[in-house]
Amino acid sequence: MEWTNTIVQGVLTGGLYAMFAAGLSLIFGVMRLVNIAHGDFIVLAAYLALVVTETLGLDPLVSLVIVIPLMAAIGYALQRGLLNRTLGDDLLPPLLVTFGLSVIIQNGLLELFTADSRRLQAGALEVASFEVARGVSIGVLPLLQFVAAVAVIGALQALFYRTAFGRAFRATSDDPAVARLVGLDNAHVFGLAMALSLAVVALAGVLLAVRANFDPAIGPARLIFGFEAVIIGGLGNLWGTLAGGIVLGVAQAIGAKLDPGWQLLAGHLAFLLVLAVKPEGLFPRIRA
Amino acid sequence: MSVPPFQVRFFDRGGEIALAGVAALVVALACAPWWAGRDQLYLLEEIFAYVALASLWNLLAGYAGLVSVGQQAYVGLGAYALFGLAILADVPPLWAIAGAGVIGAIAAVPVAALVFRLRGHYFAIGTWVVAEVFRLLASQISALGGGSGTSLPAGIVIAIAPTRTMREFVIYWIALALVAAIIGLILLLLRSRYGLALTAIRDNELAARSNGVDVARVKFVVYVFTACGTALVGALIFLQKLRISPDAAFSVNDWTAFVIFITVIGGIGRIEGPIVGTIVFFALRQALADRGALYLLMLGAVAIVVMLKAPKGIWGVVVDRLGWQIFPLRRRVVYPSRPDTSAGSRK
Repeated sequence: MEWTNTIVQGVLTGGLYAMFAAGLSLIFGVMRLVNIAHGDFIVLAAYLALVVTETLGLDPLVSLVIVIPLMAAIGYALQRGLLNRTLGDDLLPPLLVTFGLSVIIQNGLLELFTADSRRLQAGALEVASFEVARGVSIGVLPLLQFVAAVAVIGALQALFYRTAFGRAFRATSDDPAVARLVGLDNAHVFGLAMALSLAVVALAGVLLAVRANFDPAIGPARLIFGFEAVIIGGLGNLWGTLAGGIVLGVAQAIGAKLDPGWQLLAGHLAFLLVLAVKPEGLFPRIRA
Repeated sequence: MSVPPFQVRFFDRGGEIALAGVAALVVALACAPWWAGRDQLYLLEEIFAYVALASLWNLLAGYAGLVSVGQQAYVGLGAYALFGLAILADVPPLWAIAGAGVIGAIAAVPVAALVFRLRGHYFAIGTWVVAEVFRLLASQISALGGGSGTSLPAGIVIAIAPTRTMREFVIYWIALALVAAIIGLILLLLRSRYGLALTAIRDNELAARSNGVDVARVKFVVYVFTACGTALVGALIFLQKLRISPDAAFSVNDWTAFVIFITVIGGIGRIEGPIVGTIVFFALRQALADRGALYLLMLGAVAIVVMLKAPKGIWGVVVDRLGWQIFPLRRRVVYPSRPDTSAGSRK
């Protein structure tokens, strides 16, 4: 029963990792950009929510109404103003610019909020849980996170394959030059993709911040978790990414159970194992 | 087989003058213990370490196209290898530095086999994961203090040299020799057949491959060489600090962020770039040292502006405007049978 409990908790955490990964995977799919600052944007969203809840006295989950559009706007402006200029055949500019952004966000937050760890207060929700079987209880908050992750991935999947938006994303992804020929404004499409990515990041950041302490330095580790979930699941497959997040969450939970020092290590080792044995990921997208 | 009617030369008059200048500078620096104070020596050592780290990263990212953000893995590995060999295996500390380089190179082989499976941007994050794994493993070594680290025992420190002054001189000379050797080896590498291959990969990987360059092999060799050099530098840095901890040894800010910013600002893909960048970096740091996080923030912003406005960095602008080169890398074809036309017409 103890082990079942461990695995259930790992699966639920995995949902959060999948949400980190979904935003990362989305912009890589549309414009072949890996945002090294992705994790720092998650932390930025958490701090924005902190400011909103403290100044307006809102509940963290209600603060999403403000934080999500705000992050989306930041994403759109950032893409149009900065990141679009880095796109091209050369890998280096986008990598270095997003790496620079990561350092800027981290140290900016450090200046503004100090290195103290913070947390969003969600009241009774934080500790609420119910027992599904003897010895296995599920927290309401972790469950909420997991359901949110499934909903986000389902929504992204539907958006990609069933809407005009999604067609535009897929068209610029397949061939930016031809996409422009048929009347798409690539710069705008990329801006929208980044806006969407940071909207997902905002949700993930707030959900992370009600569940655990955060400080300005935790961004890179979130980037790595998201990245590992993407690679474990298989590039370009959103449901695979969810599975990747779950594998990572479970590996960490098992590692932590064996020895607290092994939590992160076990997750990384699971990732390296997949890379060694099945480098295309567990659920690679089937190419037509 | 007939002898080709031309020769390939690296030197021209300006190049010889520049190289003589470099030689004079190295001699002057080697004499630094007689003209510099303790603080200045310490600063010079730090400068040497960053020139070496940035030159290695430049070779990796600027020439071989392997943009790693995980080189702190090898700085930390080198440092831990030094402490491990010296404390646990009683290896004399100066030999332990060499041992750290060997361990760095050996560790790079399986790591390369794994991370080379990731392409482009994902390779970058993959190297970061490896560095995290190394850091977490280091914090599990209880014999070296686990997560809180350990100091080098006095007995081992004395084995370097009996007096503090002599010790400082020895470490200084090793640091100078190491940075000179690393830049020298990179120069030799770039002037060899590998150099042509690397320059071709830098300019256009696809074209290089279609001209018969074994891209994967060249990248592998560069990755292992860089790991070895980075581990040597890491060992030396922490021999000087005398204290190690996982967070300091595997710090992404100290050993990767600074190094990347130095290279980008100075000029990526040019051997002079990291040297110029390090000088700018230390000048800025002396001016802004008390600003802490704000300093790092500004450095990031400067690097972004340079990347967008002058992607070849400061030295790239110098080369474009003035055509200077300090290190003789530019190949020129000379026809000895005819009056020398190429050297004069190409400026």
